[in-house]
Amino acid sequence: MPDVVRLEYRNVTMRFKEAHGRGLLTAVRGVSFSIRDGEVVSLIGPSGCGKSTLLNIGSGLAAPSEGLVLVDGERVEGPNAQVAFMLQKDLLLPWRTVAGNVMFGVEIQGVPAAECRRRAQSLLANFNLGEFSRHYPHQLSGGMRQRVALARTLAVDPHVLLLDEPFSAVDAQTRMVLQRDLAQTLKKAGKTALLITHDLAEAVTLSDRVLVMSQRPGTIIDEIVIDMPQRDNPIARRHDPKTNDYVARLMDRLDIAHASLERQAGGAA
Amino acid sequence: MKNSAMVSVALLVVSLAAWQWGPGLLHIPTFIVPPLSMVGGEFVHAWRFDHLMLHTGVTIVEVIAGFVLGSLLGAVVGYLLGMSPTAEVALSPYILALQIAPKVAFAPLFILWMGFTIYPKILVAVLIVFFPVMVNVLTAVRTVDPDLINLARAFKATRAQIFWKVEFPTSMPPMFAGLRIGATLAVVGVVVGELVGGNAGLGYLLTFGEGQANTPLVFVSIVMLTVVGSIAYLGVILIERRVLHYLPARAVGGNL
Repeated sequence: MPDVVRLEYRNVTMRFKEAHGRGLLTAVRGVSFSIRDGEVVSLIGPSGCGKSTLLNIGSGLAAPSEGLVLVDGERVEGPNAQVAFMLQKDLLLPWRTVAGNVMFGVEIQGVPAAECRRRAQSLLANFNLGEFSRHYPHQLSGGMRQRVALARTLAVDPHVLLLDEPFSAVDAQTRMVLQRDLAQTLKKAGKTALLITHDLAEAVTLSDRVLVMSQRPGTIIDEIVIDMPQRDNPIARRHDPKTNDYVARLMDRLDIAHASLERQAGGAA
Repeated sequence: MKNSAMVSVALLVVSLAAWQWGPGLLHIPTFIVPPLSMVGGEFVHAWRFDHLMLHTGVTIVEVIAGFVLGSLLGAVVGYLLGMSPTAEVALSPYILALQIAPKVAFAPLFILWMGFTIYPKILVAVLIVFFPVMVNVLTAVRTVDPDLINLARAFKATRAQIFWKVEFPTSMPPMFAGLRIGATLAVVGVVVGELVGGNAGLGYLLTFGEGQANTPLVFVSIVMLTVVGSIAYLGVILIERRVLHYLPARAVGGNL
């Protein structure tokens, strides 16, 4: 169903109380975008522009100050089973085996134990981790741990995946392998994903579209459609000269954002 | 590992030999430091005529009761305070005051309350074991990675699920660190209780020996107390190794 909108942010604004003083700090302002079924969209922007805030709102862990988020047309008012998130930290539980960690989410959602085990085993087999299912997290490498975290995210069979810099803590070569695994999995399962990243090449090679955010208060200043084949093969996309063009464009866009924001701030004062 | 074990055994042999022949060579009277053989003789004598095993048994029962009750109480209070920041803020000055107060000083008071029974001894042990366990559990619950809690919440975990699946298991390693401290402190609490008043237990045997100027009996009591403390400590470490089996070997239970 490529025309069905899975995830929609409608005019989302988020303000926080400042750590010191009574002022309000606007983290994101008036963010609107939507992601269709099966689409992978990346969100890039300078640090502190509120990318992670948007992810927390999408997963229902935080409520926006204004605006709303819709998943499958229903307003998000708290954590919900259609959305699963994955962070830079693998957040594996050291006292659970690999299989036990994959089952963490489904177990909480009350899926029967036998079905939990079946899902864990088939996901682990997909990620070539079958023989490690009885291992403990400390026995795995960083890349394997992150793959287990991805399996845990997929185990609950969410419609939408929210990924917050999932591979930024692993080394460059492992990252490419993980990117490929993720891209293939998303394509095969037809999942919808919002990927937050600092890595411009990652954004270009993994996504159908890239959204560019400004500095705080973060708002979306550009949308670039990645018109390249093989979204399930980021390594092939890296060889495509168009990738470099897109990356260059994104770099430009981020610099322009910086300059224009300073002008805006000057004009407002 | 093998070398260090051999050094340990050699050190034991040397110190036992020093104990046996050192006092004689240095002309120290036997009522000050009785040699090893005299203490050994006294051990046999106390076993046969002074109910040494009965006294040891009483002390063991008090240590176990005090340790188990104190740990349970410490853990429960630690979890409750850890999950309720308001309660912690409200109670922290009192907890701090009680923590600073030397717990063994309560022993005479408890004996006034409960007489020459085993209960005041158990109560001193409870009080003394309570704090290291409570503080470690409280800190552990307070420092659980908030992202881990958010992960569980994103899967729609209930408060109880967050506790049993995340907070409780996370608190296990620090709790065992507290239990290890508690196991040795429980013996201290019980002995002080027995020293202050009573007619049973190794602490009583200690004062009995002192009253008779029976230095070897005092030594026997001290050795037995050390044995009781070691067994308690080893017991905790054995349980810890089973419970925390998922941690890399070196991180659990010290170097034994």
